[in-house]
Amino acid sequence: MSRIMGWGRYPSVEADERFPEDLEAGTADAVLSRGLGRSYGDASLPSSEGQTVSNSAFADRVLGFDPESGVLRAEAGFTLFDLNRIFPPQGWATPVSPGTQFVTLGGMVASDVHGKNHHVKGCFGEHVRALRMRVADGRILEVSETSEPDLFRATLGGMGLTGHILEVEVQLEEIPSPWIWGESEQVRDLDELLSTLRVSSAEWPFTMSWVDSMKRGGRMGRGIVSRGRWAEAHEAPVEPPRPKRAPSVPFDLPGWLLGSWSIALFNTFWFHKHGRKTKRGIVHPWDFTYPLDAIGSWNRIYGRRGFAQYQCVLPVEGDPSTVRRFFEVMTKSGGASFLTVVKDCGAEGKGMLSFPRPGISIALDLPMHGDRTQAVTDALNEIVIAAGGRIYLTKDALTRLEDFRRMEPRLDAWNAVRRKWDPQGAIRSAMSVRLFGDES
Amino acid sequence: MKAVVLGGTKGMGRALARCIAERGDEICLLGRDEAELEKQARDLEVRGAGGPVAIESCDLRDPASFGPALDRAHAALEGFDTVIVTAGVMGGDQPSLEVDDEAVEDLLRVNFSNTIQFCEEARRRLLAAGGGNLCVFSSVAGDRARKPVILYGATKAGLSYYLEGLDHKFRSRGLRVTTVKPGFVKTGMTAGLSPPPFAGEPRPVAERVLRAIDRGRPVVYAPSIWRFIMLVIRMLPRAVMRRIGF
Repeated sequence: MSRIMGWGRYPSVEADERFPEDLEAGTADAVLSRGLGRSYGDASLPSSEGQTVSNSAFADRVLGFDPESGVLRAEAGFTLFDLNRIFPPQGWATPVSPGTQFVTLGGMVASDVHGKNHHVKGCFGEHVRALRMRVADGRILEVSETSEPDLFRATLGGMGLTGHILEVEVQLEEIPSPWIWGESEQVRDLDELLSTLRVSSAEWPFTMSWVDSMKRGGRMGRGIVSRGRWAEAHEAPVEPPRPKRAPSVPFDLPGWLLGSWSIALFNTFWFHKHGRKTKRGIVHPWDFTYPLDAIGSWNRIYGRRGFAQYQCVLPVEGDPSTVRRFFEVMTKSGGASFLTVVKDCGAEGKGMLSFPRPGISIALDLPMHGDRTQAVTDALNEIVIAAGGRIYLTKDALTRLEDFRRMEPRLDAWNAVRRKWDPQGAIRSAMSVRLFGDES
Repeated sequence: MKAVVLGGTKGMGRALARCIAERGDEICLLGRDEAELEKQARDLEVRGAGGPVAIESCDLRDPASFGPALDRAHAALEGFDTVIVTAGVMGGDQPSLEVDDEAVEDLLRVNFSNTIQFCEEARRRLLAAGGGNLCVFSSVAGDRARKPVILYGATKAGLSYYLEGLDHKFRSRGLRVTTVKPGFVKTGMTAGLSPPPFAGEPRPVAERVLRAIDRGRPVVYAPSIWRFIMLVIRMLPRAVMRRIGF
């Protein structure tokens, strides 16, 4: 038995976590599969103490790669970190990448991850060609758009609840070089932030912004917008980028360290550090795509109590009033976010329960303060529900079942597919108990 | 490097084979499960192995398979200069072994006599080619007899002595023997056991082992802190060892 938790370190559960090298056998009696535990809340935790969870970390082999077509097939535990070391120097990259490379292919499918290029490439699931799965009755199935398409679409973004993902086949993207050409600039307020994001997204494949979420009034929404593209071969250094070693936070920092005052101080420092001038040039792809990976175990900065991530998408094309209200409610209700990321999303994908939809996505880190953090989450969820938006399950730890139902009209259709393949709800998680009404 | 790896489909062997592949070296995998060997070979090729990865059938429980497997590996790689043995068994925990004579016999045979017989076959071939590297995974469990690993530790202690002897006798003739003494490493073999402090991850441990092979170091502890831990444990008086549980 070991105590397992998500990246936010809240909540945690005592579980029988197994690490099979053979997933087909290893998932036979597990209630859930998990990867590197990078979902933030309770998505990768079993529904009650002592249950068996299959961790895919040691099932990480490449099963095949066609250098002509760029089709990769690998076991579910194959990591994006390995993918990024092996394939970009050969001219191929993942078409979609989340904000960390310490995730498995299985996890990327279960979360149907999106990245800085969502407005161009959609979610990861758009590029998945096939999955090999163990469904609840024990059968091993090849699942794709042509073979059990309902299960395929319910599994993309299905939080691992439709079956155990054993193998993933994905179409990689051909790239001109493994380096990134990037730009970044300061924006002074919310209007400028949203308009700069909109203009950037029309021309650039990668866009995102960091926002000083502690500022209110006229300076609300000030931040730094980043954009980029794969560098052309003639722009890029001849040598491929070298993997970087990351120092780690060696122990839990005291919980009081990240309070409103220190977050406001950091945000002000970070904003002014960039300066007014637009920066541009060749960037290491890891610095551009995974800035947080530069510090190992960075979740320890929140101390033992952990933190909650909150990410939502607000369907507000160019209208900043809802986004403004969102930040107002967050700061008024005592929320203080250290890492706030705003990005415009593109069209919905094929995943039946996938997160992105057209609008503005906002991601927050909230230090865990029990009821206070719950109250912030409830208040933010009210805005999301009123605006017709939704939350990202991979980040969530605190949303209430009734709020989730109100914001997720797709739930019944997805549930119907899940029940078809798993009538007893044999595969379940702490999240499915909290949000989907499963029994623990 | 042209490396033959026995036990390269799982755990530490898998991690070490990947490190070798990623720098473009040639590999031949020996093992008994052909489907697993095939999968592992494809993985290593994508990770950069020099040329196609050869696979040959070899079962550590069957000494008759050792010589022919090494000969086929020699033919597939057109000679080899490195032999790595990571295969072995845990055999179950000490209390279950104490009531299971068959399991004890299997443990002693696989980890000790058969591994040594395999090493003898490899040694002869490496010496005939003018020398090379023989890297074998023993264990920190062989450094001091401890209650939870009496039988397993005994096999590894015997193996470590044998390897040290090879190093003494044949280094001058070009045979560089590296005895690996891993502490607790999180692999499929140790999954389910609660990791003690200083437990290692397969990749950094494999990188450390490969550096030791390259430098011809006779003994490598991995993670490195186990050298000091075992130094302390070796110095503990017998009266203390009788009392403590680890």
